[in-house]
Amino acid sequence: MLQTQKLFASYGQFKALFGIDFSVAPGETVAIIGANGAGKSTLLRSVTGVIRNAPDMVVHKGDPIGALSSHQIMRRGIAMVPEGRRLFPSLTVEENLQIGGQASTGIGSWGLESVYDLFPVLKEKRKSPSTSLSGGQQQMVAVGRALMSNPSLLLCDEISLGLAPVVINDIYAAIPKIKQSGAAIVVVEQDITRALAVADRVYCLMEGRVTLTGRPSDMSRDAIHAAYFGNET
Amino acid sequence: MNWLDILAQGILLGGLYTLFAAGLSLVFGIMRLVNLAHGDFIVAGAFAILVLVESFALNLFLAAIIAAPAMFALGWVLQRVVFNRVLGKDILPPLLVTFGLSVAIQNGMLEIFSADSRRISGGGVESASIDFGIVTLGWLPLLTFISAVAAIYALNIIFYRTALGRAFRATSDDSVTVGLMGINPHGIFAIATGLAMVVVTIAALFLGMRANFDPSIGPERLLYAFEAVIIGGLGSIWGTLAGGILIGVAQTFGAALNPEWQILAGHLVFLVVLMIRPSGLFPRAGDRGGR
Repeated sequence: MLQTQKLFASYGQFKALFGIDFSVAPGETVAIIGANGAGKSTLLRSVTGVIRNAPDMVVHKGDPIGALSSHQIMRRGIAMVPEGRRLFPSLTVEENLQIGGQASTGIGSWGLESVYDLFPVLKEKRKSPSTSLSGGQQQMVAVGRALMSNPSLLLCDEISLGLAPVVINDIYAAIPKIKQSGAAIVVVEQDITRALAVADRVYCLMEGRVTLTGRPSDMSRDAIHAAYFGNET
Repeated sequence: MNWLDILAQGILLGGLYTLFAAGLSLVFGIMRLVNLAHGDFIVAGAFAILVLVESFALNLFLAAIIAAPAMFALGWVLQRVVFNRVLGKDILPPLLVTFGLSVAIQNGMLEIFSADSRRISGGGVESASIDFGIVTLGWLPLLTFISAVAAIYALNIIFYRTALGRAFRATSDDSVTVGLMGINPHGIFAIATGLAMVVVTIAALFLGMRANFDPSIGPERLLYAFEAVIIGGLGSIWGTLAGGILIGVAQTFGAALNPEWQILAGHLVFLVVLMIRPSGLFPRAGDRGGR
């Protein structure tokens, strides 16, 4: 459904990605792991149009989307939970959710009520300013906001960042339910165990390149370690 | 001196300044665009209404209603074609562009209409008044004030109760992430500028009826508008009303003490507020204390 082909990306003079080949099939869950600075977020930003690339570098359902802007890509059914959550401080919890769905043409089961079923604590806080919530609750809002557009592809950029393990469990408990609704999911994680537990396939990035890819069950710990950190003698 | 009367006149004058400021507040609040040509657009709007009234013998309110969508379109096109290209991290390009626009508009009006002072005739409403017993209020200032409050109320409804308003607030928070929501920030900016131009048209109508206007008076209106926005606090629509009223009251009290002090009094109050509460009287939570 979505592929990148020889994806190169840079921030000004700083080159971040060197020819990434990556793909997600409909309904699949794919994890991207790697150390800080490996290029994981850059990859997601390239897919969602926050960073523009050559048109053919990112292909969605056969169409080259690499050069499209982020609002055009979102309307194709690709939604992102951005790194650092990036909720809108001027909006309440409910308004943050609503704005996630207001430009979408996607049809599906996700709406305010189903998002509140997924994350019940948000219903109590629906009228509160989004910034008054705890980190974990804000992450739930960010995930819910992305779901509101009923995407066919959901990209989650480091949703466990800065959260306590107990809270992360609550967030990741939502992933199977999201899967059930038919969306493909890409999860970017630094927590290898969690990434392997939830994914059908894994890519490991290091310094802007894919160093390992395959099914979690086919990967040995040593292979992952080498791909993640590089070979140390 | 009847202080109640002075206060009343000051509040009503504040209505006019609020109308000047509301469009500026909208644009400044959403995209941090300082439109140095804002005052000149108000004067241009007054000329447009004048032309419609004189050429087609239209009732002036009807002329304003006709001019409003044209002004919306003008603002929309201007944003999409000119302003969107210069908006970015650097604050200087928009300032330069709008400054140039200000000069161009003033000189364009000068060419077409000459430097003669004009007025839009209200057919008697300018001198009509209503006696409330303790105070007598002019019909025109009262109507201006009511229009200002109505405009602020309408903008507030749009901002806080509609999907468009949600998009305005989110775009002003984070224009990159709003793109991830499928909303084109450039499109939002264009609607905002168009909407601001509609308020400018209302301001133009009342400016034209109240006082003599000529192509050169734009920049001073911009100054009052700006002061009202800053006093009120960035991002607060009702705050803009408070700011306008404060300047109106300050000017009227200053004028009552000494006619030469009218303008100065307004600026002095602005300076005082800036010293005590730099972020304004009702800043949005995120803007308090410079985050």
